Amino acid sequence: MSLEALYQDIIIDHYKNPRGRGLLEFPLGTAFHVNPTCGDEVNLQVAAAADGGLLIGYEGTGCSISQASASVLYELVQGRQVTEAENIRRAFVELMHSQGHGEPDEAVLGDGIAFVGVAKYPARIKCALLPWMAFQDAEIKGGLMLETNSDGE
Amino acid sequence: MTGIDVARIRADFPILKRTVRDGKPLIYLDSAATSQKPVEVLDAERTFYETSNAAAHRGAHQLAEEATAAYEASRARVGGFVGVEAENIIFTKNASESLNLAAYAFSNATALARWGTPVDPRFELNPGNSVVVTEMEHHANLIPWQEVCAKTGASLRWLPLTDSGRLDLADLDDLIDTSTKVVSVVHQSNILGTINPVAEIMARAHAVGAVGVVDACQSIPHMPVDVRALGADLVAWGGHKMLGPTGIGLLYGTSEILQAMPPFLTGGSMIATVEMERSTYAAAPQKFEAGVPMVAQAVGLGAAVAYLEKLGMAEVAAHEQELTAYSLMALSGIPGVRIIGPTETVDRGSAISFVVEGIHPHDVGQVLDNMGIAVRVGHHCAWPTCRRFGVPATTRISPYIYNDQRDIDALVEAIAHAQHFFKVAS
Ligand SMILES: Cc1ncc(COP(=O)(O)O)c(C=O)c1O
Repeated sequence: MSLEALYQDIIIDHYKNPRGRGLLEFPLGTAFHVNPTCGDEVNLQVAAAADGGLLIGYEGTGCSISQASASVLYELVQGRQVTEAENIRRAFVELMHSQGHGEPDEAVLGDGIAFVGVAKYPARIKCALLPWMAFQDAEIKGGLMLETNSDGE
Repeated sequence: MTGIDVARIRADFPILKRTVRDGKPLIYLDSAATSQKPVEVLDAERTFYETSNAAAHRGAHQLAEEATAAYEASRARVGGFVGVEAENIIFTKNASESLNLAAYAFSNATALARWGTPVDPRFELNPGNSVVVTEMEHHANLIPWQEVCAKTGASLRWLPLTDSGRLDLADLDDLIDTSTKVVSVVHQSNILGTINPVAEIMARAHAVGAVGVVDACQSIPHMPVDVRALGADLVAWGGHKMLGPTGIGLLYGTSEILQAMPPFLTGGSMIATVEMERSTYAAAPQKFEAGVPMVAQAVGLGAAVAYLEKLGMAEVAAHEQELTAYSLMALSGIPGVRIIGPTETVDRGSAISFVVEGIHPHDVGQVLDNMGIAVRVGHHCAWPTCRRFGVPATTRISPYIYNDQRDIDALVEAIAHAQHFFKVAS
């Protein structure tokens, strides 16, 4: 596979120009996740707006894949209802487990479809999933989601 | 030029003929993680299984005798390689187990003493005692000692590093003092490449009556090491980084220390007598080798030692020095590349860590991998060392006997490609 197929322009763009990066003033739940094999870090926060829409805050250091994934997560999930966000999260996790054969739905995953090539590299899947794991954990910690609802990813 | 003929050596390593990532020739620069294996090692293991396979040290039939003889011959061969007697070599699963074996001697002795079993007081730790390591340890020589401290109340101290990646020994005599019961230091750092003056540190350890341990994982595969000259009581290393199979590690111990140490793993093969209430133990090395041993791996390791002896470790070291000098020069010539660790070849091995400004090591590694170049990226199981240098991770090359300058040239080209691809100034 070519480098261009792995690092699609969208990924590089999110890495270099992260959307919505920064922490929340009043988070409901915060989760700090690291990828112990490489030291990628994401600190992800959730809160709920008056209309129930999710507010996302995040910071992190790490490779382009992990940090771009956090930016895409923000873009996809900010303002969504918890159940909508959960569908997006599941679609992203499924894409990452597709071994590169996934046919992601742009209507659901937006810029997240650019990660399709990442699924071919087992060592990088963890990078892409890091913020999404932290997101789920932050929702649980913030009482926005029940632990039993998680799929153990 | 050294006496190492890379082209001839490469012919002995079947894996180096394969291609990776859509047909790119493999350039393997990750020997500090594990080395590749020459066909001699593979053949030795296979021949053992085909002709003499049996449980060593169990049973009296002919195959058992042959397996035992093969296993013990390897022990003698490995001992000879580092200048010691066979009885001073213990086979373990890997270097991590060897270091745990050393560390558990302290926590086990401390626990045994609490309930009245007589132990050698050198191994008994109490609050107020200290354990000394360095800030450049592999996790395998850090976490076992953290655990020992947590179990015994002793405190952990470490020798700090200078900005150039050397040990800062200015406070050696204060850090290793009369409270110190064990000092465990790495000979050659797997992340910085630094070769440490371990004999000096061991001398200080012995001056205060402490037990001295050396992690020689990255030195013994790469240069002549006279284990006794390190001045340590215990020296740990592994087989798989020196052309041997995975699944076999080594621990050298002085006869005196091995006799004084309590066992680590217990069970079959390590006993003298067994009754329902209590048992007595065999003399070392059997005392530390519970269970049916890894005979095939020991045989493979014996073949690896033979291979290295045939090349000559002085030649191996000279080849690596030459390649290290070339690599340091080539890498420092790339704008945006910073070497983490010593930048000159004095007291330095071939493992070289670096960061490329503006590109995370994972992404550097990905570009290299895409071009067929295998390097290690991450914290290299030396996370505190990365923190010391303010980097989350590094990219590391670790050339060995089958690498030459062309591999380094390919690396330099690939780094430039990464800089171009990620659009960072170069
Ligand atoms: C310096 C050092 N110490 C200890 C180890 C542990 O070796 P192993 O993982 O084979 O047990 C390694 C390599 O991984 C190492 O480079």
